[in-house]
Amino acid sequence: MASEGHGHDLPGLAHHFDSYAQQRDSATLGMWTFLVTEILFFGGLFAAYGVYRSLYPEVFRASSHTLSIQLGTFNTVVLIASSLTMALAVRGGQTGKGKLAAALLVLTLILGSVFLVVKGFEYHEKFVEHHVPGASFHFEGPDAPHAQLFFSLYFLMTGLHALHMIIGIVLVGYVAIRAASGAYTPENYNFLEGTGLYWHFVDLIWIFLFPLLYLIGRH
Amino acid sequence: MTTTPSAARTAGAAMPDGSPRTHYLNATYGLKSWLLTRDHKRIALLYLVSISVFFALGGLMAVLIRMELATPEGDLFQPDIYNRLFTMHGVLMIFFFLIPGIPAVLGNFLIPLMIGARDLAFPRINLLSWYLYSIGGLFTLWALLHGGVDTGWTFYTPLSTNYVNTSVITVGVGIFIAGFSSILTGLNFVVTIHRMRAPGLTWFRLPLFVWGAYATSLIQILGTPVIAIAILLVAAERTLHIGIFDPKLGGDPILFQHLFWFYSHPAVYIMILPSMGVVSELVATFSRKPIFGYKFVAFASIGIAVLGFFVWGHHMFVSGQSIYAGVIFSVLSMLVAVPSAIKVFNWTATLYKGSISWDTPMLYALGFIGLFTIGGLTGVMLATLGIDAHVHDTYFIIAHFHYIMVGGAIMGYLGGLHFWWPKITGRMYPLFWSKLSAIVIFIGFNVTFFPQFILGYLGMPRRYHSYPPEFQVLNVMSSAGATVLGLGYLMPLVYFIWSIRYGPKAPSNPWGATGLEWQTTSPPPVENFLTQPIVTAPPYTYPAPKRAPEVTRGV
Amino acid sequence: MPAHVQPVRVYFGVFAALMAFTALTVFASFVNLGHANTFVALGIAAAKATLVILYFMHVKGNTKLVPVVILSGLFFLLLLFLFLAADYGTRGWLGVPGR
Repeated sequence: MASEGHGHDLPGLAHHFDSYAQQRDSATLGMWTFLVTEILFFGGLFAAYGVYRSLYPEVFRASSHTLSIQLGTFNTVVLIASSLTMALAVRGGQTGKGKLAAALLVLTLILGSVFLVVKGFEYHEKFVEHHVPGASFHFEGPDAPHAQLFFSLYFLMTGLHALHMIIGIVLVGYVAIRAASGAYTPENYNFLEGTGLYWHFVDLIWIFLFPLLYLIGRH
Repeated sequence: MTTTPSAARTAGAAMPDGSPRTHYLNATYGLKSWLLTRDHKRIALLYLVSISVFFALGGLMAVLIRMELATPEGDLFQPDIYNRLFTMHGVLMIFFFLIPGIPAVLGNFLIPLMIGARDLAFPRINLLSWYLYSIGGLFTLWALLHGGVDTGWTFYTPLSTNYVNTSVITVGVGIFIAGFSSILTGLNFVVTIHRMRAPGLTWFRLPLFVWGAYATSLIQILGTPVIAIAILLVAAERTLHIGIFDPKLGGDPILFQHLFWFYSHPAVYIMILPSMGVVSELVATFSRKPIFGYKFVAFASIGIAVLGFFVWGHHMFVSGQSIYAGVIFSVLSMLVAVPSAIKVFNWTATLYKGSISWDTPMLYALGFIGLFTIGGLTGVMLATLGIDAHVHDTYFIIAHFHYIMVGGAIMGYLGGLHFWWPKITGRMYPLFWSKLSAIVIFIGFNVTFFPQFILGYLGMPRRYHSYPPEFQVLNVMSSAGATVLGLGYLMPLVYFIWSIRYGPKAPSNPWGATGLEWQTTSPPPVENFLTQPIVTAPPYTYPAPKRAPEVTRGV
Repeated sequence: MPAHVQPVRVYFGVFAALMAFTALTVFASFVNLGHANTFVALGIAAAKATLVILYFMHVKGNTKLVPVVILSGLFFLLLLFLFLAADYGTRGWLGVPGR
């Protein structure tokens, strides 16, 4: 394809690229570079979590026990399942099965929404129990004055994660429509692949948030 | 070569009948053709205009600061107004001029040209990053009109979270958005340099400016997200009262400083590395010699970028960080001097027995080398724990980082602008006035900032609007120098604008330089090259510039 | 030249492994291992993440540059953690308040 030389009009190939392979490699590298920035973005929060958990281990443990392990596990399963449907959707795009990809993307979108609804119930419970940091915060247990740090981090981390989920759901909805209309070909399904990478990244963050927030010393 | 729409569009460039040539500036007209452009060259010019506005505003703040400091009494401004002035000076200069500006203006224009590509890998994201920059800038300007911020550009907690009532959040949002822009620019450059190089252009045939831009991009990608989360946490603490840094709840304000400097120390290298790349180009071109120790200079750029992430704690020697961590950071900080010194030595070795021509860009480059050396060596002094405890938060620090950022980064930026101006606009600027500007800026800079080393060593603290009368002589010197420096900066503004209309037409390669960007016309065509260049030689093949043959790829 | 296509069974196999790891990490949190609990939890999370990255995110079979990008990102994140540990881990050693 490089033999097309300077200037070309191949469908789905931008004017400044020489070949589909160059275009796809660029898109993949660009998306991964973006995900590295996301890793460091969440990394700052994980660092804060690490510092405060090492300073106040007892209260982090006690606070963690107020979270519902059932709902947390359920959401983990839901999110991993959505990653599976997403991966299969990308495979559909890769093999030129646009309708199948669209159906799997809709399934991904539904699973993502289920996650958010469950998260909403969990947040509601925290409001009811006065575990939301602020003036009405109330917590009984060891080292209670520092409990707000755990819940601040809990809301920040899960909140940012949920924000990423919402962005992801919008993206998935968009690519589902595009996939249904046959926009993705085996030569260029880069946007679908990129959306998939983003969705899996959101899953990855949750894979670490789940043990760090829900599973501190349950014994 | 197959005839395609794009080929037909650029074919006008070679018209032999003398009809006007089509290039990126006159290919299309109208405001829309600029605001919706995806051409990296036009986006570079959009950046040039917008960062110049912020440079002027930041400069205006500096003028007001130096006016206040001409007398020992705080007679011109109230203390809180003065706090806002130096804060806004820092915020505008760092986040809206130095960090985005130098990579985005010269890098945007030059990287595709230097590597023989038709554009950056993601032209739309490139335009998006300019818009994000502009939106972030507008947020900051809006905050400025509503009183600005008075925390210092560092936004230290708990001052920024619990005590001040100024537009912390608005400016924070502005910086956050501008940070996105910076990340996207860096991402675009990295992918472009990896994936879009011309045939034959191996890594060790890349111009050193590209190495510098690559190293800069690494920092933008790896560092910026961490300051983004730090700013977000400050905003969350101010609005939602969730106290991550609040000592009352067990939070640690010093954690903010860690997160802040994890980015903001490497950010210094975002400012200086592109200028170092420029200086490498200039020194080789105007000495008519290949750069001495090319690989060392190239790897020194990467070395500085990586080591930059090992040293941030030297900003926190006296702020309550563990003394043991301080010792580690002190030792590591001195390591940064190694790659920096490699660069300076290799530039001087390149100059040695070179046939040096004193063109304007070279004057700026030589100014850079001298001033950067002073800034760098005082940096080694400051990396020493004991000395830092003495001069911390004094004018010694101010002088040190202005030697790096103004004497280094801005000298390199102006040198690059003078070097590539004929390529960017197709016009030459007046040689006499431009040489004079380099000299005036060099003198004005030193008169402004050298006295501040002495002031700081004598113990004058930074960020105060009044000072004891015995410091007045040196402060008046500094203010006088700032006037000269300001005039020096106005000169390029005037003659660059003049040259766009009245300057003599520039040839393709006015300096007889090597490098792909000089092989295309001035200004370049929309697609940069009429035929795909193929690289067959390493860079800087001086004294006789050997041109790579221009052949069409594939056909 | 489309990219390498993984068979569907690979995706389902990875999904099954992820489910098993999830069950294991919940189970492990109820066993008292002392300080090791945290490391077991993080180790399982890292194993799950590796599976997702290699198979769902197609790093296996992609260009070598992608793993380099990921690992360098993690390296700089590790720097942040290490230097924070160097500070917070040694804060009290001198026995002087504020040092």
